[in-house]
Amino acid sequence: MTTRYSRHELFLGSEAQAEINKASVIIIGAGALGSASSEMLARAGIGRVTIVDRDYVELSNLQRQQLYTEEDARNQMPKAIAAKTRLRQINSDIIINSFIEDVNGQNVEELIKNHSVIVDATDNFETSLVVNDAAVKHGIPYLFGACVGSYGLTYPIIPTDTPCLNCLLDHLPMDGMTCDRVGVISPIVQIIAAQQVTHVLKILSGKKLSPMLQSMDIWENEKAEINVTQLRKQNCPTCGEQPTYPFLLIENQLKTDVLCGRDAVQLRPGLRSDTFSLPRLLKRVENYVTNPVLNRYLLSCNIDDYRIVFFNDGRAIIHGTNEAKKAREIYNRLIQFY
Amino acid sequence: MSITLNGKDVSLQSGVDTVDKLLSHYQLENRIVIIEVNKVIILKENYKTTSLSHGDVVEIIHFVGGG
Repeated sequence: MTTRYSRHELFLGSEAQAEINKASVIIIGAGALGSASSEMLARAGIGRVTIVDRDYVELSNLQRQQLYTEEDARNQMPKAIAAKTRLRQINSDIIINSFIEDVNGQNVEELIKNHSVIVDATDNFETSLVVNDAAVKHGIPYLFGACVGSYGLTYPIIPTDTPCLNCLLDHLPMDGMTCDRVGVISPIVQIIAAQQVTHVLKILSGKKLSPMLQSMDIWENEKAEINVTQLRKQNCPTCGEQPTYPFLLIENQLKTDVLCGRDAVQLRPGLRSDTFSLPRLLKRVENYVTNPVLNRYLLSCNIDDYRIVFFNDGRAIIHGTNEAKKAREIYNRLIQFY
Repeated sequence: MSITLNGKDVSLQSGVDTVDKLLSHYQLENRIVIIEVNKVIILKENYKTTSLSHGDVVEIIHFVGGG
């Protein structure tokens, strides 16, 4: 033990290393950020590392998702399983748990309980906000991180100390920009994951983190940081005086139903708005779509090879796919402009 | 006028003189951003009325969802 972590002990002290060896860290997502942070955390000797991911390994992941191999891609191994196998080879002294699951308001609390820290490695805001609710509710530090292109950002959420993610985002941002569309280079993944892991090590060493939102563009060599203390909201539904944890409620989640035999997927937004207006939506998206048709009941338009039909209640049907993930992406590409 | 934006000196073309116009200039108007001018965070409702002056130190961080 002493030899293995000697460099850590020299830098952090042996007490801090003992805390690290006792700690449990859960990583939500095992894509690029999750691969990078889980490897660092396993090497650091975190006593129990938990990985949750819903996806499987594909060839296009290998450019940046460092835990996976060509064989994993050929075998379409679930990332949670492939990650566990690789992390075990890296450190057999620690416990590694993995779950092939889609993290949502129903399972997140069960997943995160009994962990000391949560690391964000999701690929969408919706899940980050779900995890934020659960982290604040259970008083577990949550290290937000995201990246796309050559740009990324981090923010540590320390319940009761810092504003939460929900304070920072006053409505659910839709993922307009994803690595499926604009790509991503691995150096930014490494930087963001490195910052998140540094935060983990600081927390476990008893250091206080300040509410600092940090961003970096590695290609442009640009950095920014903002202390967001003043964005804390007294009436925040997650960390305010009367929390309702909205993202843990089933009715507040975007639901998808694959419509059998129709090559179509229906999406129902969680947070229902009585003011949703189809003419307004058309005005906002008309430069991005073709063949729009608007009547009093629906707005139908084409984007790429898909046809998307929006209804007055915010529901949409996406034709041309039977994959929920693809449908969400198409939906979010347009609804972000609303 | 020139400002320091995310640590770099940039010259703004004339007309880009409010937070609102700065965000449009960088095509960030439809994104979730946190913007700070001279160490003070500007709330969304004040974007249009917050003017920029020569020498201002501005930090802009926009949110993305990938990972």
